Amino acid sequence: MLKKIKHFIKSLTLYELIIGLALTGRYFFSKKITIQYPEERTPQSPRFRGLHALRRYPNGEERCIACKLCEAVCPAMAITIKSEMREDNTRRTTQYDIDLTKCIFCGFCEESCPVDSIVETRILDYHGEERGDLIYTKEMLLKVGDQYEDQIAKDRKEEENYR
Amino acid sequence: MDNIFQQFPEVISTTIWTILKIVAIVFPLMISVAYLTYFERKVIGFMQGRIGPNRVGYFGLLQPIADAFKLMFKEIISPTKSNNFLFLLAPILTIAPAFAAWAVIPFDAELVLSDINAGLLYVLAMTSIAVYGVIIAGWASNSKYAFLGSLRSAAQIVSYEIAMGFTLVGVLMCANSLNLGEIVLGQSGGISQWYVWPLFPLFIIYFISAVAETNRAPFDVAEGESEIVAGFHVEYSGMAFAVFFLAEYANMILVSMLAALMFLGGWLSPVEFIPDGILWLLLKVIFLLFFFLWFRATFPRYRYDQIMRLGWKIFIPITLIWIIFVGLMMQTSYGEMFH
Repeated sequence: MLKKIKHFIKSLTLYELIIGLALTGRYFFSKKITIQYPEERTPQSPRFRGLHALRRYPNGEERCIACKLCEAVCPAMAITIKSEMREDNTRRTTQYDIDLTKCIFCGFCEESCPVDSIVETRILDYHGEERGDLIYTKEMLLKVGDQYEDQIAKDRKEEENYR
Repeated sequence: MDNIFQQFPEVISTTIWTILKIVAIVFPLMISVAYLTYFERKVIGFMQGRIGPNRVGYFGLLQPIADAFKLMFKEIISPTKSNNFLFLLAPILTIAPAFAAWAVIPFDAELVLSDINAGLLYVLAMTSIAVYGVIIAGWASNSKYAFLGSLRSAAQIVSYEIAMGFTLVGVLMCANSLNLGEIVLGQSGGISQWYVWPLFPLFIIYFISAVAETNRAPFDVAEGESEIVAGFHVEYSGMAFAVFFLAEYANMILVSMLAALMFLGGWLSPVEFIPDGILWLLLKVIFLLFFFLWFRATFPRYRYDQIMRLGWKIFIPITLIWIIFVGLMMQTSYGEMFH
């Protein structure tokens, strides 16, 4: 009975609604957490999985040995590799395509790679303007790797104990 | 000015004057509707720990203009097998009453387009017509979501109209007049004379009913984003949609204006030594509009049967009891408090 009266008074005085309004009212004056994206950015982990890159050894030789482990492990089947024997009797890729529209950025290719060739960089804002622009070929991936090698090497170094 | 108009017959000059006055009311109203959307986005953003639009112009102040242009350039698609005439009539039928009701709103002791005797009745009549726009929109769209939305909206608006009407009866009893200007003048003499004090429960019920009447959150089942997509205007796009949008916000401003006039003393200042003026009215309206946005940022949507229960089984009895209470008090020696 007392409970009923209490409920009656509470609902008639809009008690709980006022509590709710007070809460949002407090948030009205709270600090705003918006990040102004192009000017400001959130911190990234060294393990961030963004755009892919193919790396080279310091002497300029490409790391990839066309073992096709990444192609096999890729759950989205986004990687296409063709290989042949080079003149110096080493196996190298002739085609290494990643279809970024299929890729789910799981990082399996990176994990499977025995020579740390295919890696995922911190780059997250890239785009394609025409159909096919997001199918990255071997040359494009190598170019990304060359351009960001310092950052990539630094991130690998930082994380090497945990791999 | 008089010299120019002497060349014209009386009829033409008054017509021109009236049209100019209408423009002087409707144009600022459109602007305030545009900036109410900006205000809404900012307020809701702030309450969610965001900062709201800030890219177009300084502090995002040109955002409503950009939105308006976007909507203008969009195509109006009419659905298959929809009734084209009704489909295009519906937005007009929604916005026309929303603007027409402004004719009797007094902005100041003299600033009123038509100072008619039964101003309050006129406003009530006009706001009631708006529901036809919603019903027709839902019917003409030939879509089940739109139809469900309009059914809900019709039932809701009809239910809350009664509670709203009864709260206004309380105001009429206090003011002894249907003229909005006289209702305001009945409250002169500082903040203690405003009708909000003797009629406080009625004010709360009026305001909540007003939120329900304008189909705003938490009573927005007519739109019900998560259930029926967008409700009655789901099939509308481009300018036709913008007109519905305009009408909703114009109605919000209108009911806030009415609340300010009838309960918060309109253009009268709260303390007597500060002069009265239109600025006070605008301040009160903005204050009330802020509550609309605050509600939207706070409350989840009511369930449909809860809305009906609130309207019929709670608001109508409370208003009736309070009207009787006010009537009885007027006969006692405390009657002065209610005038």
